Amino acid sequence: MSSSSASADACVAFHGVSKNFGDLVVFNDLSLILPSGKTTAIVGASGSGKTTLLQMVNALEHPDQGLVEVFGEPIPQDQLQYFRHRIGYAVQGAGLFPHLSARDNVVLVARLQGWSEARIQQRFAELLEAMALPASLAQRPPRELSGGQQQRLGLCRALMLEPDLLLLDEPFSAVDPVTRLGLYEVFEEVQRGQAISTLLVTHDMREARRLADVLVVLEHGQIIQSGSPDDVFAAPASPYVERLIASVA
Amino acid sequence: MLRSFFSAVFLVGLALALSVQANQSNPVRVASKNFAENYLLAEIVAQLLEGEDIAVERAFGLGGTLICYQALLNAEIDVYVEYTGTLSQAILQRPELTGRDELNSALTERGIRLLPQLGFNNTYAIAVRSQLAESLGLRNIGDLAKHPQLRLVFSHEFLERGDGWPGLSKRYALPQSVEGIEHALAYQAIADGAIDATDAYSTDGELSRYPLRVLADDLAYFPAYMAAPLVRTDWLEQAPAAAAWVRRLAGTIDAETMQRLNAKVAVEGMSYAEVASAFLDVQRQTLGLSARGSEMPTVRLWPQLASHVLRHLQLTGLALAAAILIGLAVSLVVFANRRLANAVVYFCGLLQTVPSLALLALMIPIFGIGFTPAVVALFLYSLLPIVRNAVTALSTVDPTLVRVAMALGLSRWQQLRHLRLPLSLPMIFAGIRTAAVISIGTATLAAFIGAGGLGEPIVVGLSLNDTDMILRGAIPAAMLAILAEFLFAAVQKRVSRGYQ
Repeated sequence: MSSSSASADACVAFHGVSKNFGDLVVFNDLSLILPSGKTTAIVGASGSGKTTLLQMVNALEHPDQGLVEVFGEPIPQDQLQYFRHRIGYAVQGAGLFPHLSARDNVVLVARLQGWSEARIQQRFAELLEAMALPASLAQRPPRELSGGQQQRLGLCRALMLEPDLLLLDEPFSAVDPVTRLGLYEVFEEVQRGQAISTLLVTHDMREARRLADVLVVLEHGQIIQSGSPDDVFAAPASPYVERLIASVA
Repeated sequence: MLRSFFSAVFLVGLALALSVQANQSNPVRVASKNFAENYLLAEIVAQLLEGEDIAVERAFGLGGTLICYQALLNAEIDVYVEYTGTLSQAILQRPELTGRDELNSALTERGIRLLPQLGFNNTYAIAVRSQLAESLGLRNIGDLAKHPQLRLVFSHEFLERGDGWPGLSKRYALPQSVEGIEHALAYQAIADGAIDATDAYSTDGELSRYPLRVLADDLAYFPAYMAAPLVRTDWLEQAPAAAAWVRRLAGTIDAETMQRLNAKVAVEGMSYAEVASAFLDVQRQTLGLSARGSEMPTVRLWPQLASHVLRHLQLTGLALAAAILIGLAVSLVVFANRRLANAVVYFCGLLQTVPSLALLALMIPIFGIGFTPAVVALFLYSLLPIVRNAVTALSTVDPTLVRVAMALGLSRWQQLRHLRLPLSLPMIFAGIRTAAVISIGTATLAAFIGAGGLGEPIVVGLSLNDTDMILRGAIPAAMLAILAEFLFAAVQKRVSRGYQ
């Protein structure tokens, strides 16, 4: 259990995690370490448990057994709000609040945190620029924006509080291929300097290869293979991994 | 946006509450039931007292015997005219008591006293269309037994009372199955041939207006219904002067006089006030009244309409404001707990199934009669649409958005304030809109417990079978409901802007 000391540079560590939904076993004794400052991609088909794995990191789901450590400590259940402010979260379809303007969606939490209006404005402008979004869309409601713009705003919101960890639940999958390439570029731009530890969940091997430093293949709650994308592509550990690679070749 | 809405609801509620002035003086509160003769007698009592400079407050048209009697017991009213048969059968449920002294010995322990009788017996009678009576040879009530196909339709009170249909059908072995009707509508229905027989009061003015035959009560089933003012004994001590004046009416109205007075209202279309005033003028000497004639208050249509509309808005506005504030507060507390939420919605639905008049009657022991119980009843009716919509809307917000809100580190309150509540507003407003329209309609019934509003002309009109009068309440009430519908629809559209 106390292998956490061995992973000093781990941002997230799963230790012997088991999770069931009723009769359905999602994970059985799963262990996994996500290194700090790197992007780790969890790749798997629908139902492989990858989203559940991601949601255990920000305590939207809880393991039945085992331990999830984040930032070197067990998740502080009594300080979840503060804990979650350190973790950016972006989902497929962006999940913007329909009644708020683009800007209000992004800056809501900062405002609730008591940030000064000047600081909010500065950070917001910074994020718009990083995401290559025009300032003119700030006051528009989400429904007036394109899917790509909404998704970029979702990333802005995830990054607003300058998080130590990013959780990305297929945020690039609900847009057209050209828009998706644009999203890859802004994400890479964000990660260029001081990279944020990132957990990316995707079913797209090509996306994982392009964006991730570490690739983990999940099938029915089991880790089939993990390693650098190049290593996984060079030597697939199972027919399933082979098929995943072939599907994007 | 949210804050200003709730402040507005609160302020409107407060303003309405303040606009309902409490009456500080101590007038004699004269009440009547909701049929013509009782209105008229109450008006006579009221004008008699006013002629002697005694202040009077009228609570006319209360919805039935029990509402009047409860209101008297609760000291919500001071005097109304009751009938001996009703006292023994319906109130005391001791049919063997017939004389005034017997009744008074039973009433004493309740603090109630029946004053000397006015002089006429208004007993129940069974009326049939003359033509039908002729062709079937109907003379006695017992003759009805030979014609099971006859459509007997009775007033709701008659159907329920021990001395009404249940006993009558047994005594005369009547085989017909029966239905209920508002008493004032029965005469028109029988004249139109829609029904064949109904209950009537033997002093009803309508008996001479329509071609009706009163069947003889050959088995002497119906007890005597001698009319007399009913009061509380403590009121007799508090207001001896007023009581003395009311006592002077004893023996001044025989059956013939009563039927004639009733006919002036029912047939000639005079107002209660006019008939009462004319009666008192004639009786001035006998009663020893002050010389000056009683003043006829001139009732003008528009100011009266305005005051009815204002009272109607006070009733519904206050009830709605309370239902919004309390309904939303309850919804916010329970929506997250599915079982609790279901229980609350179910309970509100249960309230809705209590018939309006019954709910109003149930309020009397707790809140008395008049404005307060009416507001409480309307409040209870308004809860269901508001709570059901609010609970549904709050608990069905897109789960992805809720997950995002949690992941962003929003507290439970912040999730509510910045996500669930704003997204639920359109549906919550739809509920408020429904509640507003329902309570504007239901508030017309509030007149049955003396709360006034647009129901008042309707209740008076029903007692007179006066369609004009009924429409004077019904049309503005319908227009108010439509207005509320449009107003809230506009607000709902406004708050829905920016949602998909």
